[in-house]
Amino acid sequence: MKTKTDKPVLPNLDLPASDKGYFCDARPEVVEPVKGIWENFLNWGRANSLWILGFGTGCGAIELRPLMTSRYDMYRFGVQPRPTPRQSGLFIIGGYASVKTLKRIVRSYEQMQGPKFVLGLGSCTVNGGMYWDSYNTINRLDQYIPVDVYIAGCMPRPEALLAGIKALKQRILDGEAEGANDYARNFDWYKANQKKIITDWNMPDYNW
Amino acid sequence: MTILGQIGAAAFSVFIFINYGFLLAGSMARIRARVQGRIGQPVYQPYIDILKNNARRTAVHHGVMFFLGPVFRLAGGLGTFLFIPAILNSPLFANFSFSGDILLVMYFIFFGQLGMALGAGQSGHPYSPIGVSRGLAQMSAFEMPFILSVLALAIKHNSLSITAIVQAQQGGIANWSMITNPLAVIAAIIAFLGMSMHNPFSVVIAPQEIPIGPPTEYHSGLLGMLQTNRSIFNAAKLVLYVNLFFGGASATEGVLYALSASVLHAVPVWLGVTLGVVTMVIKTFLLYFITVFVGVSFPRFRTDQSIRFFLFVPTLIGLAGLFLARL
Repeated sequence: MKTKTDKPVLPNLDLPASDKGYFCDARPEVVEPVKGIWENFLNWGRANSLWILGFGTGCGAIELRPLMTSRYDMYRFGVQPRPTPRQSGLFIIGGYASVKTLKRIVRSYEQMQGPKFVLGLGSCTVNGGMYWDSYNTINRLDQYIPVDVYIAGCMPRPEALLAGIKALKQRILDGEAEGANDYARNFDWYKANQKKIITDWNMPDYNW
Repeated sequence: MTILGQIGAAAFSVFIFINYGFLLAGSMARIRARVQGRIGQPVYQPYIDILKNNARRTAVHHGVMFFLGPVFRLAGGLGTFLFIPAILNSPLFANFSFSGDILLVMYFIFFGQLGMALGAGQSGHPYSPIGVSRGLAQMSAFEMPFILSVLALAIKHNSLSITAIVQAQQGGIANWSMITNPLAVIAAIIAFLGMSMHNPFSVVIAPQEIPIGPPTEYHSGLLGMLQTNRSIFNAAKLVLYVNLFFGGASATEGVLYALSASVLHAVPVWLGVTLGVVTMVIKTFLLYFITVFVGVSFPRFRTDQSIRFFLFVPTLIGLAGLFLARL
């Protein structure tokens, strides 16, 4: 476990001067995985205890509900919903992300503690889907936050979602799901992309 | 026994009962899943969850009290367990019980919640103080029937020592408080439903109302600590209840009391202790099953309904139990 330090500092230019004291100005830090058997063991734990953030960002969130019921029963695979971003490790973006929602997606994603994983559900997260020329939705989700697994379809059925979770588990076990570190490494690029879309940016640059 | 031996024995008994708490939580989640027609999570899922939480690479802090909250909570859980004699007549599982330990144990049950209240308050999340105020209000309510029933036992056995109360219940089911003072036990069981915070008394961590109450901001290792505490605290409360009301578990009598005295003397010590632990596990499992049974059968009370409920019928039953003890 690594606690973030206060250096180096983000400018938080979009916050009014009176509010700056309330918010953090630290950047995300890269925490390298410890290689070897120990990291494999930890990855096994991470893969078998995936807590989904209970934030349905689009119409695809309707496909999450059946997973909890007796027909699909995601608890079998160690997957369960969690109501707070602090405790969850898996963020499922359910379909189209409007500009307004993207702001909340970024806030929620940054509040999650690493290692964290993102699953893009539905064609809208891949290339915009049926909303590709809409005036207020984004087209490619991985321009704004790192995505581990995409599930194409409109809408993908819950079986497809379970298959996606299985693929994500394999990625975690292989040690490839390092999205949180990618985000910290390419923080400026992600932040520039986000700010290009979100024009009313009245929050700190990094919401942890 | 030397002090070092005592500490080693206490560590051993904590180890046994902490693992029992994890497996109990896992198996009860599975039973609940079966009620809902699901297969449910693996029995060992609580271990993986704790491993995952402790393996988180980052953590956020909100101040000193935020760190101390889970520490107090864990201290409360451990303190509750460490002053209860887990298995009667077994130095290995005697923990640090002494005459008058029941007062200390009742204090420790409250202590963890207060520490957690301070820690959760500093996290600054609005749902935390809502959960804390709900929790403390409900707690003061169910303490009434609980304390009345404990007082009934203390008056009947003329002792504040858990060991003395368990000792007085040995020799057969007819000596259990369940038979000698059924009213006090009914009040205590209803208080236990509130204490274990399943439905209908799940007002603190009410997932659809105040997700998820006091520990909203807790994550990573601190959440792992809270989960560890949940297991040991659950085990401690169950062991306390079985000790006070259901005859406890004895290393020298226990399930063997039906056998003749000559057979009892021939039983080696390790077998007696093991049978004591098995007795305790069976009794606590059945006791915990009551809360799960009630939990899957009823929806949630509102906070005010829950408090009124505890302060009315269970308290009156507890008072009647107190009179029964004086008869």
